[in-house]
Amino acid sequence: MAVDTPVREPVTPPSRTRARGVLGSWDLLVLVALIAVIVVGSLTIDGVGNPRFYRFVILEAIPIALIALPMTLIVITGEIDLSVASTVGLTCSVMGWLWQAGVTSLPLLIAISLALGAVLGAVNGIFVTVFGLPSLAVTIGTLALYRGLAYVVLGDKAVADYPISWTTNMIAPIPGTVVPWFVLVVAVLALLFGVLLHATPIGRGLYAIGNNAEASAYSGIAVLKTKFWLFVATGMVAALAGVFWTFRFASARADNANGLELSVVAAVLLGGVSIFGGRGGLLGVVAAVALLGTLRNALQLADVPANALTIVTGTLLIASVVGPNVVRMARGRLRRRPPPGERTQP
Amino acid sequence: MTAPTTAVHRVFVVRELGIALALVLLVGVTFAVNTRFLSAQNVKDLLLGSTILAILAVGQAIVIITRNVDLSVGSILGLAAFATGNLFVSNPGMPIPVALLAGIGLGALCGAVNGGLIAAARVPALVVTLGTLYVFRGVDYTWATGKQINAADMPHNFLALGTRSILGVPVLALFAVVVLIGAGIFLRSYRSGRELYAIGSDPDAARLYGIPVGRRVFWAFVASGALAGLAGVLHAARFGTIDANAGLGSELNVVAAVVVGGVAIFGGSGSVYGAALGAVLLTTIGSALPVLGINPFWQRAAVGVLILAAIGLDRSLAVRLARRLRGGSDRGR
Repeated sequence: MAVDTPVREPVTPPSRTRARGVLGSWDLLVLVALIAVIVVGSLTIDGVGNPRFYRFVILEAIPIALIALPMTLIVITGEIDLSVASTVGLTCSVMGWLWQAGVTSLPLLIAISLALGAVLGAVNGIFVTVFGLPSLAVTIGTLALYRGLAYVVLGDKAVADYPISWTTNMIAPIPGTVVPWFVLVVAVLALLFGVLLHATPIGRGLYAIGNNAEASAYSGIAVLKTKFWLFVATGMVAALAGVFWTFRFASARADNANGLELSVVAAVLLGGVSIFGGRGGLLGVVAAVALLGTLRNALQLADVPANALTIVTGTLLIASVVGPNVVRMARGRLRRRPPPGERTQP
Repeated sequence: MTAPTTAVHRVFVVRELGIALALVLLVGVTFAVNTRFLSAQNVKDLLLGSTILAILAVGQAIVIITRNVDLSVGSILGLAAFATGNLFVSNPGMPIPVALLAGIGLGALCGAVNGGLIAAARVPALVVTLGTLYVFRGVDYTWATGKQINAADMPHNFLALGTRSILGVPVLALFAVVVLIGAGIFLRSYRSGRELYAIGSDPDAARLYGIPVGRRVFWAFVASGALAGLAGVLHAARFGTIDANAGLGSELNVVAAVVVGGVAIFGGSGSVYGAALGAVLLTTIGSALPVLGINPFWQRAAVGVLILAAIGLDRSLAVRLARRLRGGSDRGR
């Protein structure tokens, strides 16, 4: 959405330039904020220094962290996937339904879930790449569709009679620590996506697509194929988050993770990824997930009412785009930027 | 000049007729299955149910036409609804127009915050309104602190707004009609209304042409906020019970209604009439399914299919239009 450029000379929409310009190290800034919250929190709020506090923060942050990984890559290519939370919900429903239907093998349940996630992601990918429809609109559609199917599959029932060992194992700590072992899964995936994004030609291609999809296509990048597989990957990771969600709360319900999509998008944007694509990195996003989770829980311990905490999330999000722009304007227009790319998005 | 303009115009007429036709078809089939679907009471319920979504959709359409989006409308609705209830609690004798003005004013203020940030700090609307979605809702929660305002706290004649009809048409729906016609005339016949389309088609070109893009976008957000505020007051009148959760999660429904109504998600085309029809269609599906003997759990899935079908249809219309503007032949895509 380029309502924002000044009148006289053509200038790139500012949020595109924010990672490069004023705060070349947005990642660093978010990391510093995270450390500051941890230090100040443990000094001033009773309980924040406690290892159990972090165990809770981590458990809460895992689904958002998981989905934020592929979402980062998607947003960098200039697309978005708002259907992720509904994918979580549908996965939970199908798992609950299968369990009731007598499928009691855990590996099979997980395999079916991941396959389902891949299919749901592929549906998004086909609409976006084959039919050329805007992902924002498509995934609002599949957000309703997948959540609707979740209700069709399971109704308003909750399936909660999983073996205790499954549900406790899912949130069990790494032996000798308080850190839930599932963090390792997140870490491995973060590493995978991080290497893919920052250390491979495919990753460079994602930035190129986000900056100018047409030019990337002419320079030999398989734009549509790349986007398609990103949607598939997002669906699979969201399904994995659904598996975690089911066992973490020992409850498969159609409304699981309702509204989570906006939390994920908020974390990705706060992490420094430009909504127009082409800018941002995975480190900043992971730090942003941790920052939001820690801040929320710390303030909760400080008796700030849970619901009012959304003000903090919102303010951080707005500050993350407004702040750099204001600083940039204040510094004056030192550099001339290349003319804006033709693709702009809401 | 007239040939392309006519072609463009025809496509949009077709688009709105299409959704009207879908609505007629849905109502017709449902009526054939059960004639009570069009009983006076049920029609009234349908209109009442569509009103709030339609008003939100009109505001959202104005914003989306400028190639922006307003995700904060659900939170603004909640805030305005609670404010209205709260005003009645502290001033029991307050006249209804004052309540309406207060809600609209509060909504406009929230919209001005959105528009101001977007136009002045030059930041993307999706990010800003996602942020204010959280902030406005948080303010609402903090203000309400778990309190709930009940019908008993509000005057009778205010609540009657939500139930009373004039000639069989619910008063609430009349609000939506007035808003719709007002916005429709403005977008169609006023210079600044047309400029909103120009901005949405190509912001850079609009700027070069001399359109005050920032100012127009600012006022589009103020309008969207004001309408969300109005929707909040009407929500209070209709439901009588308000807590801080009013309108929670409705933002994507509103965008869905607008998209189903044929407003292009990247701006520049569509009309508020289409958006309002989209809102009515989405609401009607919800009440038609049980009558048709379909499990109501299918409702959301049906809405999803409808959204996908609508954007697919728009895409094929756009491709056909582009072909026709190029001179008829099938070159290119």
